[in-house]
Amino acid sequence: MSAVVLQMLCVAGMLGSAVLAIVLSRSTIATAIIYSATLAASAIALIGSIHWLLGDTTNATDLTLPIGLPWLGAHFRLDGLASFFLVVVNLGGTSASLYGLGYGHHEEAPQRVLPFFPAFLAGMNLVVLAGDAFSYLLCWEFMSLASWALVMAHHREPGNAKAGYVYLVMASFGTLALLLAFGLLAGPAGDYEFAAIRAAQHTPYVATLVLILMLLGAGSKAGLVPLHVWLPLAHPAAPSHVSALMSGVMTKVAIYGFIRVVFDLLGQPSWWASVIVLSLGGITAVMGILYAMMEKDLKRLLAYSTIENIGVIFASLGLALAFQANGLKLLAALAFAAALFHVLNHSFFKSLLFFGAGAVLIATGERDMDKLGGLIHRMPFTSFAVLVGCVSISALPPFNGFVSEWLMFQAVLQSPELPQWALKITVPAVGALLALAAALAAACFVKAYGVTFLGRPRSVAAETAEEVDHYSLSAMFILAALCLLAGILPGLVIDALSPITLQILGGRMPIQINEPWLSIVPIAESRSSYNGLLVMVFIAISASFAVVFIHRFASHALRRGPAWGCGFSDPTPAAQYSGGSFAQPIRRVFGTLVFHARDHVEMPAPGDIRPARLRIESHDLIWEGMYEPIAGVVGFAADKLNRLQFLTIRRYLSLVFATLVTLLLVLAIWS
Amino acid sequence: MSGILVQGVQMLLVLLLAPLLTGFVRKMKARLVRRQGASVFQPYLDLLRLLRKEVVLADNASWLFRVTPYVTFAAIWVAAALVPTFATGLLFNWTADLIAIVALLGSARFFLALAGMDVGTSFGGIGASREVMIAALAEPAMLLVVFCVALVAGSTQLSTVANFMASSYVGLRVSLGMAVIALIMVALAENARIPVDNPATHLELTMVHEAMVLEYSGRHLAMIEFGAFLKLLLYISLIACVFLPWKIAVFGTGPLSYAIGAVAYLVKLAAAGFFLALFETATAKMRVFRVPQFLGAALMLGLLGTLLLFVSKSF
Repeated sequence: MSAVVLQMLCVAGMLGSAVLAIVLSRSTIATAIIYSATLAASAIALIGSIHWLLGDTTNATDLTLPIGLPWLGAHFRLDGLASFFLVVVNLGGTSASLYGLGYGHHEEAPQRVLPFFPAFLAGMNLVVLAGDAFSYLLCWEFMSLASWALVMAHHREPGNAKAGYVYLVMASFGTLALLLAFGLLAGPAGDYEFAAIRAAQHTPYVATLVLILMLLGAGSKAGLVPLHVWLPLAHPAAPSHVSALMSGVMTKVAIYGFIRVVFDLLGQPSWWASVIVLSLGGITAVMGILYAMMEKDLKRLLAYSTIENIGVIFASLGLALAFQANGLKLLAALAFAAALFHVLNHSFFKSLLFFGAGAVLIATGERDMDKLGGLIHRMPFTSFAVLVGCVSISALPPFNGFVSEWLMFQAVLQSPELPQWALKITVPAVGALLALAAALAAACFVKAYGVTFLGRPRSVAAETAEEVDHYSLSAMFILAALCLLAGILPGLVIDALSPITLQILGGRMPIQINEPWLSIVPIAESRSSYNGLLVMVFIAISASFAVVFIHRFASHALRRGPAWGCGFSDPTPAAQYSGGSFAQPIRRVFGTLVFHARDHVEMPAPGDIRPARLRIESHDLIWEGMYEPIAGVVGFAADKLNRLQFLTIRRYLSLVFATLVTLLLVLAIWS
Repeated sequence: MSGILVQGVQMLLVLLLAPLLTGFVRKMKARLVRRQGASVFQPYLDLLRLLRKEVVLADNASWLFRVTPYVTFAAIWVAAALVPTFATGLLFNWTADLIAIVALLGSARFFLALAGMDVGTSFGGIGASREVMIAALAEPAMLLVVFCVALVAGSTQLSTVANFMASSYVGLRVSLGMAVIALIMVALAENARIPVDNPATHLELTMVHEAMVLEYSGRHLAMIEFGAFLKLLLYISLIACVFLPWKIAVFGTGPLSYAIGAVAYLVKLAAAGFFLALFETATAKMRVFRVPQFLGAALMLGLLGTLLLFVSKSF
């Protein structure tokens, strides 16, 4: 059986479970059955795609189904790039299904989640497998709609209806852009198969337009600023394992689309395209993490942090474009591998963190960090796994987030070789933005972890929380282990990625597996090398040395007592630092510019017994400056056009006639 | 074989010298304001005293609070062991380059900030939130300095960088000048020195680092203090080996050059300690919200240096 058939069978299994879920909708065992079925299907697909990726990826396998457009059929194709993204999709799917086996039992209306969850997963698999533009768009829409249904699963909760509406509008906009992009690619001949598009020559004018349309289409799904507005609304609104899939996986499917079209189908865009991608990526990274820093809703914070990571990935892709346009294949492969590595890493730790947020939500019913705290005592396993996720996402060694950031910085350091002046100025600036984003990410996750899991409980719910079930915990621990493994054995990941860089860019990084002690050496050892394994071993050895020394020679005495706090013990847990107060210094430094944030202190006069109040004013400038005016114009136009709804039949006919005449006139003048 | 020897000596040397350096700086500060000051060996005695004392742990402190001192100490020690002091060619230099050393220090700070929030007092929170604010500016500035140095030396490997700076004629470069100023500013901020923070105060609302570790006592506090001593030594070694590689022993030369390198290193440490004390005596501490401007200047200097190197390698 060829590999692509196996993948399609797994997809069929997922679609089958979606149908089964509708049949079983009222049954009590539906949750267990559906998640087990999805778990099995995605696990098989995962193993299949890993096997294929590690095996011989030079000869891609095709499958044509006689559905869709009659003269086209539906093409599905498994090549190196697709198989890597299938690994990401199905790893997310496997862990989310495992998590769902436990988490799903807390669902109040499972019939609103169960049919759409496997359908969503199948949709993402199909987008990656699609081999022609028509099936690609169809599957893309299927994926969008299934995820929209999942966003609306808890439609009665305040804010979710708006989230679903904004998501639908932005998804339609994105698909429109993709539709136009593929239309331009296919040209007047209308050959929608990817192989034909790849073979065709595209004029620079078309290539530019396609690149911009892809940035709009794939960028809006991935969450590029300023097209990100739907993401922090929609991702948190879904059930947590779906949030994990949307943030950890669906954004990656969008990146797959971008890579497939821009790197694979389009040929070679000119160098200045990379300036756009680089700058958008850098700005997205910093804006995303600043938004996240200001957030007090745990799941929204994670969603904003996804935007940051998407920015990092796009910046790295932009760098790869720049190198590729100048024929520096090895360096392009380095930047591209860094981007793909980060795709993988982000799918690990973002899924893990959303699972953790879901566990907190189950245990306490709260997403607001300012009502949590002290969970490390009552949820020890969850808090440990989430700590691993926070360390990884903050790009700290020896975990995986650091490796991809490190590779990215190595690529930045090679870019003085680029000849263009615009790139010589953009690249270091974007490098600085990425460094800033990395540092802010660490600050943001100190806040997220510190306020949620440490300190004293700020509510009764947080005080009485209990550890979650074993399915959820095992899903989290598997991902945490993967975060560590990818961090200490990065050479294996890089080697697995090289067939893809070879396929897409025609260059590859040096083989890493032969390096001593499993180090990674991107270019040459005299330039740079990193060994996560040894760093971990060194930290472990020095920490154990310190522990042994202390326990051998120092006093063992330990006394528990009330917190010291300079002699003043806070009377209530509310006096602790909350999410808002923790972010205050950073809000003052960056927020005055980026959010027009102002603190207003209302201090009553002496003798007045009203409490003093601190009010924080903050603006989302992108929403207020871009989306509200557009919504205003659309509303105004709709109001004016509303009159057309109440015409007589005579007037309608004359309107139709006038339109026809105008169109014919235009056509006559045009030709 | 000599690689292992140099690496081993280096690991022990930084441990032994770190408290002495801090003691020396304190002594110098005291002498500059005409006080007698404690002995330069006082930090060792302080550490021993702390080790003998019992730990008083807050009721709701978690395991993270108890693990953090060891984790931060280990991370800083590993980082310090990878910065060449008296000789280049450390055996394990290739495991972690300059970027990784910055990130290792970041790991230490990450855990320390979490520990500051663990007990749930306002002091811990204020310290942690200000520490991450300072780090959010200092870390990118530091990375840009690393970019600058790496672009000049063509490597992020510290041994290679130190060899390059020591052996070939690097000359006076504008970019390196900017980098060294930025690095000194970052070092002052990262080590909680005046004008960013005051290592001597203990009961001021303006304090940052000390507020964060307020709840620590006994052997835990000893580990954290030791980590802070090591960090100061690390930054001075880093500045010395990259920007002042005078007489540093290049790998593979004879024992005499190692001895000369060691003496030169001690001289450099003493000079740096003296200038630090002089600077701290001569300036006042800034308000917390002036610190972003200070570090923003470091960030811009680093960026400017990097930009110049992107424009031309000869800057």
